[in-house]
Amino acid sequence: MRIPPSALIGLILTGVFIFSAIFADLLMPYAYDLPVGTQWEGPSATHWLGTDTIGRDILSRLIKGGQITIFVALAASILSFAMGSFFGFLAAVSGGWTDQILSRVCDLMMAIPSLIVALVLLSVLPLNLTVLILVMGVLDSTRVFRLARAVAMDIAVMEYVEAAKLRGEKWGWVIFREILPNALSPLVAEFGLRFIFAVLFISTLSFLGLGVQPPLADWGGMVKENKDGLSWGISAALVPALAIALLAISVNLVADWVLSRTSSLKGGRG
Amino acid sequence: MHPIVKLLVQRIALGLVLLLAVSAVIFLGVEALPGDTAQAILGQSATPQALENLRAQMGLDQPALTRYFNWLGGVMTGDLGKALTNGVDISQAIGQRLGNTLFLAGCAAVIAVPLALILGAVAARYAGRWPDKVISAVTLTTISLPEFVAAYFVIYLLTILFPVFQPVAMVFPGMSFWAKLQAVALPVIVLVMVVLAHMMRMTRAAILNVMQSAYIETAELKGLSPMTIIWKHAFPNAIAPVISVVAINLAYLVVGVVVVEVVFSYNALGQYLVDHVTKRDLPVVQAVGLIFAAVYIGLNIIADVTAIIANPRLRHPK
Amino acid sequence: MTSEKPLLEIRGLVIEATSYPPGEAPKNVTLVHGVDVTLQKGRVLGLIGESGAGKSTIGLSSMAYGRGGVRLTGGEILLNGREIREARPATLRQIRGREVTYVSQSAAASFNPSKRLMDQVIETSLSHKIMSKPEAEARAVMLFRKLGLPSPETIGSRYPHQVSGGQLQRVMTAMALCPKPDLVIFDEPTTALDVTTQIDVLAAIKEAIQDTGVAALYITHDLAVVAQVADEIMVLRHGKKVELGTTDQIINRPAEDYTKALVSVRGIEHDEKPEAPPLLRIDCVSARYAGTTFDVLKNISIGLPAGQTLAVVGESGSGKSTLARAITGLLPPTKGRIHFDGRQLSADFAGRSRDDLRQIQMIYQMADTAMNPRQTVGTIIGRPLEFYFGLKGSARDKRVQELLDQIEMGRGFADRYPAELSGGQKQRVCIARALAAKPKLIICDEVTSALDPLVADGILKLLLELQAETQMAYLFITHDLATVRAIADKIAVMYKGEVRRYGQKSDVLAPPFDDYTDLLLSSVPEMRLGWLEEVIAHRKANGTTSGNTV
Repeated sequence: MRIPPSALIGLILTGVFIFSAIFADLLMPYAYDLPVGTQWEGPSATHWLGTDTIGRDILSRLIKGGQITIFVALAASILSFAMGSFFGFLAAVSGGWTDQILSRVCDLMMAIPSLIVALVLLSVLPLNLTVLILVMGVLDSTRVFRLARAVAMDIAVMEYVEAAKLRGEKWGWVIFREILPNALSPLVAEFGLRFIFAVLFISTLSFLGLGVQPPLADWGGMVKENKDGLSWGISAALVPALAIALLAISVNLVADWVLSRTSSLKGGRG
Repeated sequence: MHPIVKLLVQRIALGLVLLLAVSAVIFLGVEALPGDTAQAILGQSATPQALENLRAQMGLDQPALTRYFNWLGGVMTGDLGKALTNGVDISQAIGQRLGNTLFLAGCAAVIAVPLALILGAVAARYAGRWPDKVISAVTLTTISLPEFVAAYFVIYLLTILFPVFQPVAMVFPGMSFWAKLQAVALPVIVLVMVVLAHMMRMTRAAILNVMQSAYIETAELKGLSPMTIIWKHAFPNAIAPVISVVAINLAYLVVGVVVVEVVFSYNALGQYLVDHVTKRDLPVVQAVGLIFAAVYIGLNIIADVTAIIANPRLRHPK
Repeated sequence: MTSEKPLLEIRGLVIEATSYPPGEAPKNVTLVHGVDVTLQKGRVLGLIGESGAGKSTIGLSSMAYGRGGVRLTGGEILLNGREIREARPATLRQIRGREVTYVSQSAAASFNPSKRLMDQVIETSLSHKIMSKPEAEARAVMLFRKLGLPSPETIGSRYPHQVSGGQLQRVMTAMALCPKPDLVIFDEPTTALDVTTQIDVLAAIKEAIQDTGVAALYITHDLAVVAQVADEIMVLRHGKKVELGTTDQIINRPAEDYTKALVSVRGIEHDEKPEAPPLLRIDCVSARYAGTTFDVLKNISIGLPAGQTLAVVGESGSGKSTLARAITGLLPPTKGRIHFDGRQLSADFAGRSRDDLRQIQMIYQMADTAMNPRQTVGTIIGRPLEFYFGLKGSARDKRVQELLDQIEMGRGFADRYPAELSGGQKQRVCIARALAAKPKLIICDEVTSALDPLVADGILKLLLELQAETQMAYLFITHDLATVRAIADKIAVMYKGEVRRYGQKSDVLAPPFDDYTDLLLSSVPEMRLGWLEEVIAHRKANGTTSGNTV
């Protein structure tokens, strides 16, 4: 199997991010929530990336923030995936009224931009990680629902599914042996895209002050904390911004590759 | 009635129904969530009696459905109620800010739309060759950036490294048009960057889809010049999908505007919304949320309507 | 005749393309290996071959056009004495549409959906400044009339989606003839049409070619069709010339084995079995799709004895595939009963016992979509064994191998995936899957129509052998009368949801005919010279103006 260089870079970077998220507590050189220097020190041997607005070590906060960003985004995308694909398959397989109701609810949710809905909801709900994950996961599940429903519908009308039904197979075989194996690859590629969307979403909310709350750190929140330094030429805000961009781009590269592989693989073996 | 008129009426009616449903979700859905407006105003230490009085005063003791229809009636007549935090009339507060938001979004659209169409056409023309590859690599990057990250990169680049702009976009009534334009230059650049990538990629896909049809091959085999093929055969069929692309992306712009206004402290609707979400000022949030939703739905209706009008099968039924 | 300089002369043509296998480096494939073609003014050359023979690619090369990244890499292409393979784009634009024009298989996709037909038909004549607009329009109307289009004066003001497929194919022919070209390339112009429509379009094309004196390259996979229009025929295979000769010589005295095989295709003989009590009996069955208000099946009553073949023939929209869905219980009839093996079947398949389901198996037209791409051949064939007979492990594997032997596929196929098989092999695996259930009846829905003629012949022979061994009955749904002649014992002719004619094969295919069966039977191209003229003359004499009555 040939991996194109762009996908290889994406895979390596994504691996580094995931590794540092898992072992964040071991990798952090300092405590992430205590001042260990003066305000806005530049990069040095003791503080590789400098210090932030109240003198905390930026590298430590970046590692811890990455853990939280990735954890929240991952949890939200797993939730959106579980919900979206469950209801999507349900709508496609049962059809009729179930499909109508689920699809119309989905239309309604997609009729308003996610950020606006999130803002309206967060003006009422308490701000904690559980609420954030729930809000993001449920809002994003609409997109997974549409994809899962479309993919399952395409497969459900295939003659091999008809042949299985005519053989007298029960629904368990039809869904798990005939439909699911063929629906898996487009859904896996979609998972990457949903994850990126969740990273951007949680970062944006935190930046607006409506996401992860202090003293916890996440990348969007770090940009917000340090943005004032920018007018004095201090680039502390750019470090977490760069991390967000890098994570999003590397996952995008991997997802792009998976997507192109699965589309050329139609009918082949995976 | 011509079938196309029927379709259009249906689509617009559907849009209005959707808007109504959205208003219900914004009002009733939020009501159903835990949290109490009176409590939010008076704080945790309020006495039950004070809460009771405030609820009665605000009409909160009435059933939710009654309050929804009162609110809806108010929205129809332009009365959006008063803000909880400072008692200012919401309609008045919104008026000026809405103008500012539309000015910002409008400037971005005026630049982004033609640029996206030209770049999209160039990428489609050289599909798979270097101009296409460069354009896709750049747009893939900008798609991966949230608006505020793009904004701070631009700020760093254009106010610190090459100080040509002010990092804060202040506009106020009475400012000259030219001064206003200068003030919004940075946020406009950011918005253009963010919306351009999506719009360009979708334009490219729409054009390529048309260029790969069999009737384009027919035109080539007729010995027509490339310009004739593009103008007479590709363009009439590509125009509808492209207009849809533009409308959908202007709807994205609505979301981008919220964040960019906050970054640049631009006194407009998005900033106003975020401020009042933080203050948990529900009436303001509901009113502004509804306006954003209405613009979004409106643009999506426009996208669908153009697609219907431009479809020859619907325009000339059998 | 040959003293004159040829209109088109192709020498040593080599055509290549780049293929992109998934997960591998792109590689070069040669589609055409050094083919020579010579065509004199006003003559018609037929290019014939199976899929992948390179016939369309060669046809388009006479306009120096390579479709989808195809490159003309070697040899000479001389048109009117001028080399065009390496000509500049501006020169090519002068040639295309003025000297050579093109008629494609799918006219529906080849017309710009947002422009009126007339504008598209006369576009070339105007852009090349061949004639003025009124002249071009007058010529277009004349061609519309000659091609037998209804209301020739006004049809040009319609949009492509407003006329039928057969009509659109004729409008495209008019579009090709309008600028008075020297050469027209017809690329499978009647393949997508129903058989009764095909004959009209074919006759119209032939007449137009003769009247205008234009030369033509006629590309098709159907030897009987090309025999009606071509002066000479070139047989192609895998991008190489197999044989070139006059039409008479190719169809009556072929020299090469491959050509002989093509000519004798459907030469399968099959003795009709006598009448017997039915295994499957369909009584007054009507059916309609959910949400519609008209019956797609109207009062169907037919029967099929054990061990015999009932061919259900009809064109698209006749309801023949719907009949299969009614029998299998996918579309429960609104009225009527279906008896099988002496008992009444539940209308809905969900209400049938496992044994009832086992007894009736189905084979589909598209083997590609009939097999799960994520299952191996072993799983596909093995599942019915496991499901119906409880076979497991080595017993199952042994039986799978026996079935693979029965369909004449060797060892080692059990571990392969469908994507690794050829079209004919895929259809054989589908047959094995049906066979695995040991059914009494197999419903074959257009099982050969997606295959090349020689491969299709192999499948039909296999089906007949299996029937002789196992005494299975076949309900054979097809639009192809040659297939029907080859394998049927009984025939039902369907038209617009009704059975028009039904009985033993010898009775159904013998006169006197009803109008529709006559039209259908006489429309099937026969592989002999002069057949088309005979049919047209016969129809004119009988006053049946074909096509428009259907």
